[in-house]
Amino acid sequence: MNSEQKEHAGLAETFNKDEDRVNWHDETLWWIRQKRDKSAHNIPEWETLRNTASAIKNHVLSNLHNYLVEFEANAKANGIIVHWAANAQEHNQIVHGILKEHGITQMVKSKSMLTEECHLNEYLAQQGVDVIDSDLGERIVQLAKEPPSHIVLPCIHKKKEEIGEIFHENLGTPAGVSDPQVLTETARQHLRETFLTRKVALTGVNFAIAETGDFVVCTNEGNADMGAHLSDVHIACMGIEKLIPKRRHLAIFLRLLTRSATGQPITTYSSHFRKPRPGQQMHLVLVDNGRSTQLGRPDFRNSLKCIRCGACMNTCPVYRRSGGHSYHSAIAGPIGSILAPNLDMRQYADLPFASTLCGSCSNVCPVKIDIHDQLYKWRQVIVKEGYGNKAKGVGLKVMNWTLSSPGAYHTAGKLGRAVMRIAPFAVNNPLNPWYKHREMPQAPKESFGEWYKKNRK
Amino acid sequence: MNSREQILAKVAANQSATLSLPADVTFTPDGDVLETFKAVALAVGSKLFEVNQVSEIPGMITEQFPFAKRIVSPLPEMAVIAETDLAGINDPHTLKDVDLAILQPHFAVAENSAAWITEDRMGQRIVPFICQHLAIIVPVQDIVATMHQAYERIANADYGFGGFIAGPSKTADIEQSLVLGAHGPRSMTIFLVR
Repeated sequence: MNSEQKEHAGLAETFNKDEDRVNWHDETLWWIRQKRDKSAHNIPEWETLRNTASAIKNHVLSNLHNYLVEFEANAKANGIIVHWAANAQEHNQIVHGILKEHGITQMVKSKSMLTEECHLNEYLAQQGVDVIDSDLGERIVQLAKEPPSHIVLPCIHKKKEEIGEIFHENLGTPAGVSDPQVLTETARQHLRETFLTRKVALTGVNFAIAETGDFVVCTNEGNADMGAHLSDVHIACMGIEKLIPKRRHLAIFLRLLTRSATGQPITTYSSHFRKPRPGQQMHLVLVDNGRSTQLGRPDFRNSLKCIRCGACMNTCPVYRRSGGHSYHSAIAGPIGSILAPNLDMRQYADLPFASTLCGSCSNVCPVKIDIHDQLYKWRQVIVKEGYGNKAKGVGLKVMNWTLSSPGAYHTAGKLGRAVMRIAPFAVNNPLNPWYKHREMPQAPKESFGEWYKKNRK
Repeated sequence: MNSREQILAKVAANQSATLSLPADVTFTPDGDVLETFKAVALAVGSKLFEVNQVSEIPGMITEQFPFAKRIVSPLPEMAVIAETDLAGINDPHTLKDVDLAILQPHFAVAENSAAWITEDRMGQRIVPFICQHLAIIVPVQDIVATMHQAYERIANADYGFGGFIAGPSKTADIEQSLVLGAHGPRSMTIFLVR
């Protein structure tokens, strides 16, 4: 790993410098996790819903080709223009192409993690197109020139005083104002002007229905609808894994989504877009960008069941204490750590190791993705492919030699126990690559072998 | 091969053998549907009023929203207080100064207080989102228990746009402090008709 490459442990270390902030971040996310529990426990059939959602998604992934064809045909019959993008670059070019065709240089966008994954904003900025993110959290991180740190709560890492400062610099609020009510009202006024003046609106997609060609967008703020219904051109971008077979399956997924995400019974708005408004153009971009590759990895394919609720992040002891930016990937946390290595195994080789494998993520996942098992499996793939941590690699080779020679094993054991007892700083230091990720254990006085020799009768 | 064919070919090659679609599930919870609806509606920040007749509503609206200058509604019963010719509007931007919109959704759902409404009942698609305040009329017999019953009721309805709306627009993006009135309506008032 070269020094310029970002790496989770190092980024987490930076985040951990401010202990109060780490504790605050940790507690905030845990509070959201508790709201999720309360909400889920209110539904006696919760586990049946999870099992059914998981089985529906597994079925879709096993028949994705036909569902894509069915969805495309229905969307087209409804008057939607359907595009296919094999990768991020093609997705960005398609969006830019639509803007160019209409002579548009300004666009309003609601939440779409896919466009983050594709780095659409940066691409459009290079083409001279100005994009304004309309979700409040996304707008805040956009003004701060940062990526979102959480897929549902984009600026969960920011304190209200920092947001006040950003608004003071960019939106003209008085210095020192940090009341969420005042800041939200300011954003409301500023973005209302944006909604009213933009001719093109881009939204993400939460679910797409093969049977009817509907696509569903969920927000609490109403920003997707404000953008879409005022626009001349609505562009919706979705990963090919967002499909579900029937409209009635939405009952299951909408019951699970927000209860898992924030503990709410449903988002304020669950909008079903089916046909363009008279006089409006509606485009839908179906994006692969590595998903079909992940589909071909039996150990990892079911990560494509993800409905982007963020529950695995809120519960993760590592995410809560290292912050979303330490994952240096559009989607952070446990699910991001199994999606990212599929896109670039070298760049994201560190992420499957950013986990205690405690399994809490798998337990809260509404579609029952075996997240922690996949993290464990990715570690093996990454090391086998030669992308593992090199320093640990050397250590493991020495360990291999020691373990295969009984003499060396006993001597090394004695030495190691003595060193860890007398001079724990010799192992508890940053030069030991294992210490970076864990506290070293207290060394026992004697090994089991030594004890057995003394005590055998 | 274009991207469409390329993606479809790769998906076909990489997907597993077909797994079966699970049987439909549906649940009817214990508890009174109306009481559940009211409790959840209040919890998500909606205001509730119970009336015996739709004809009582215009007077109550005038009382509740004395500041409302522009009121719109596609419902003929609201003509005394509201502009009702919304279908004739060509440019949705002209609705930017609407203070209050009054709509009647098809039905509402007890478990989450969401109301299902399609564009034919909105006047214009933007109406329930651009108004500063939203009021909806829900006859108590039009409340179903859960989202399962909701989609049974929607079935294969043909609409261009439809949505569930549950409460006022809101955000908690700043330090998880709940603020009502993000980009859509600042308040949601539900008139339950007995």
